Amino acid sequence: MGARAAGVALLALVAAAPFLPMGGMREYTIHVLVQIFIWSFIGGAWSLMGRFGLTSLGHGAFLGLGAYTTTLLWNFFGLTPWLGGLVAVALTAAFAAIVAYPCSRFQVLGHYFALVTLAVGEVVRLLIIAERDWTGGSLGVSVKPAGGDSLLAVQFADKRVFYYGALALWLAGLWVWARVDRSMARSAMEAIGEDETAAASVGIHVTRFKVGITVLSAALTAIGGVAYAQYISYVNPDTLAGIGVSLRIVFAVVLGGMYTMLGPSVGTALTIALSEYLRVLFGVKFIGMAETIYGLLLILFIIFLPAGIYGSARDLLRYWSGGPRHVAKGPQHQEPHDHRVPGHRDPPPVAPGRSG
Amino acid sequence: MLELTNVTAGYGQFTALWDVSLRVEAGEAVAVVGPNGAGKTTLMRVISGLIAPKAGELRFEGRPIGGHPAYEIVGRGIAHVPEGRRIFPALTVADNLRMGAFLPAARRKFAESLTRVYALFPVLEERHKQRAGSLSGGEQQMLAVGRALMSGPRLILLDEPSMGLAPVMVLRLFDLIRRVRQEGYTILVVEQNVRQVLKLVDRAYLLEVGRIKMEGRADALADQDFVRKAYVGL
Amino acid sequence: MIDPLFLAEAAVNGLLLGGILALLALGLNLIFGVIDIVWIAYVDLVMICMYAVYFVVQVYGWPIWVGGLASVGLGALLGLGVHLLIITPILASAPVNQLLATGGLLFFLQSFATFLWTTDHRSVRLTLPRLELFDMPISVARLIAFALSILVMLGLYLFLTRTYIGTAIRAVSQDREAMALMGANPQRVYLVTSAVGGAIAGVAAALLIIQYAVHPFFGAAFGPLTFMICVLGGLGNMVGAFVASFIMSEVIAISGVIWSTEMGYVIAFVVFIVMIFVRPGGILARRG
Repeated sequence: MGARAAGVALLALVAAAPFLPMGGMREYTIHVLVQIFIWSFIGGAWSLMGRFGLTSLGHGAFLGLGAYTTTLLWNFFGLTPWLGGLVAVALTAAFAAIVAYPCSRFQVLGHYFALVTLAVGEVVRLLIIAERDWTGGSLGVSVKPAGGDSLLAVQFADKRVFYYGALALWLAGLWVWARVDRSMARSAMEAIGEDETAAASVGIHVTRFKVGITVLSAALTAIGGVAYAQYISYVNPDTLAGIGVSLRIVFAVVLGGMYTMLGPSVGTALTIALSEYLRVLFGVKFIGMAETIYGLLLILFIIFLPAGIYGSARDLLRYWSGGPRHVAKGPQHQEPHDHRVPGHRDPPPVAPGRSG
Repeated sequence: MLELTNVTAGYGQFTALWDVSLRVEAGEAVAVVGPNGAGKTTLMRVISGLIAPKAGELRFEGRPIGGHPAYEIVGRGIAHVPEGRRIFPALTVADNLRMGAFLPAARRKFAESLTRVYALFPVLEERHKQRAGSLSGGEQQMLAVGRALMSGPRLILLDEPSMGLAPVMVLRLFDLIRRVRQEGYTILVVEQNVRQVLKLVDRAYLLEVGRIKMEGRADALADQDFVRKAYVGL
Repeated sequence: MIDPLFLAEAAVNGLLLGGILALLALGLNLIFGVIDIVWIAYVDLVMICMYAVYFVVQVYGWPIWVGGLASVGLGALLGLGVHLLIITPILASAPVNQLLATGGLLFFLQSFATFLWTTDHRSVRLTLPRLELFDMPISVARLIAFALSILVMLGLYLFLTRTYIGTAIRAVSQDREAMALMGANPQRVYLVTSAVGGAIAGVAAALLIIQYAVHPFFGAAFGPLTFMICVLGGLGNMVGAFVASFIMSEVIAISGVIWSTEMGYVIAFVVFIVMIFVRPGGILARRG
């Protein structure tokens, strides 16, 4: 009961946020919140795959394809981002299917899958840089201004419009997450996550599910990319493609916990708050320092909070309340451990140092 | 020589072995028999240190070994021939044997141990340049036993040595294990092939659902009615 | 139409580049094969070692071979550090956590390098004679780098097949639990492997800095390429990685001449995707 009331209150606060008196901080706060909504949506999209053991380190590819397609169609052909976005999503989905099909058909799993997707993300970044006549190369390109507010161009001077847009997008993302979670696909995919051959023998079409969930995740990520590009009205290969942004997405999700609906959002909010804080703290002095600390914290979080903030907090609560602890069934342990192609005999892992 | 007192062990929250007490005297051959899933392999793994016991005490030659890591327990004189042989398939037979003598103490006696292993299993010498993965199942099992002997153990743990072998090979293998015994090694063997193994050992334990159900001299145990019915297939 | 001479030159350059790529892929593969973890930041360790050579040679004026030795030593130390500080605590974690931890290291190394040394490109200038072969100019630096990388790979091969610890490393990569039963402390084998893998990164760094300028994001180009090569060759498969290196380097060099360097990588990626359609288990895997 208490949780529900708190949820309603929080939602009301979120809805009213743009109108709360915040003095000179309003613009900035709204800016940060819009980013949190959009990146939470993207993080949620990533977790659709991630929770089934499909660890993608290349979601930047889908982000970049979505953002650039829409922006270039608008800049060069004046195609409204509403239609451009559709084209972008379709293109990204097709691209994801082309990559996902061989990966799932031939059981490219675990570390292999991560490396393949990582390469995908970098290659899209390089492609954007290579096509510099269109894309502006590594300098990026601005979304051509429509001259004033325009629904057709999705350009508004007032950030509050984007705020509600991003909020709606985030809620839609949560809805999709819940739908996938509840649907038939869930149990099937979980079976796959746990045991590839067992799932196949139950008669689940492994390839179809994997490609399906990848395409869905990629399409949603592309939408997130479009939204981000429209909001910032500038696209750049380093912020929208490549390994950097891909890792940030994954980090946020793992930090928050990928097995719960709100985990990715919590993680995204925290990482964005963190990087904003570091950015403000260092400003233009000490270039690279903010990122250095970010990287260091990332490593420390992974080492000391392996179950993510949410998971670790839950374990702690259980410990305090003395309730049953699911030691072996923690979310981090549900993933498949087959890092190798079939046929390779994988002996059971031995704990380091002490084989206990 | 080896003494387990009320040992409980398992994986994560799952407990496979309950309150097991067991003794092996120097020079003895002892078998642990029981159906699939009785906890036989867990027993072997807890002795060799691949898993730590949750409770109970393990002593080898009077000194505690419970919870010590596997690589330390080998040095104490216990060699574990794991289930499924677990030889290094891409290494040559000779290299597999060299790896068996990984410990410094064993490496010093390498030549001597090798001569002894080759005398016991001449086929390994014939095939010493071959990749271990290309050996037949029986030869692989011999290699696994030979590799274990290279560490200079006093106690050998054999986990399901006959698994996956043709009946003719099983007989040969048990003959070879008998010869290993005659060399003075103490043996603790886990087997599903109860009839054969009871001919080999002095004493045996019957393990069922993680608990010791019965213990006795091998010939006496073989005569027990229900043992015969359930496991010997007579 | 492109001058065939250009193509021939590109092919030679591709071959020479392949040597270093193979070295990188072997280093990464060695670590993965034994420890079962991919160091996402592997090529960024190379970047750090390249700076080391740059400072030793260009700034402090020592001869290049001193820089090379310093690079190898630093690489080995970095390898040990990565294993002890980052990998050891997460050995039993989920793969995604392992990937992220070394991914965090990538962030850290790139930005820390930016912080310390800015994004300027720095190179080591060696005065080497120019060489011409059938009217094609051939970079002597690349030729030396190629020859040395082949030598180091040969050395690695002998280390893994002829030495006791090398054989133990191969044994662990086949069955680490069985190796613990032989009395090998896995942690010690991991440390040796990490040091060797790091030292290989150091060698690669010394060979790269005489051909390319170093900057904090140097790993961005070579990292994904190395990963593609490892997947293509079959992760942990040394011979496969060796062959894949030359395929990929030729693709990049030739399409780089026809289009652009970046397009070279894109084409290489397309080839890579086609290859995993055709040979999913790696190029040398037997079809089953």
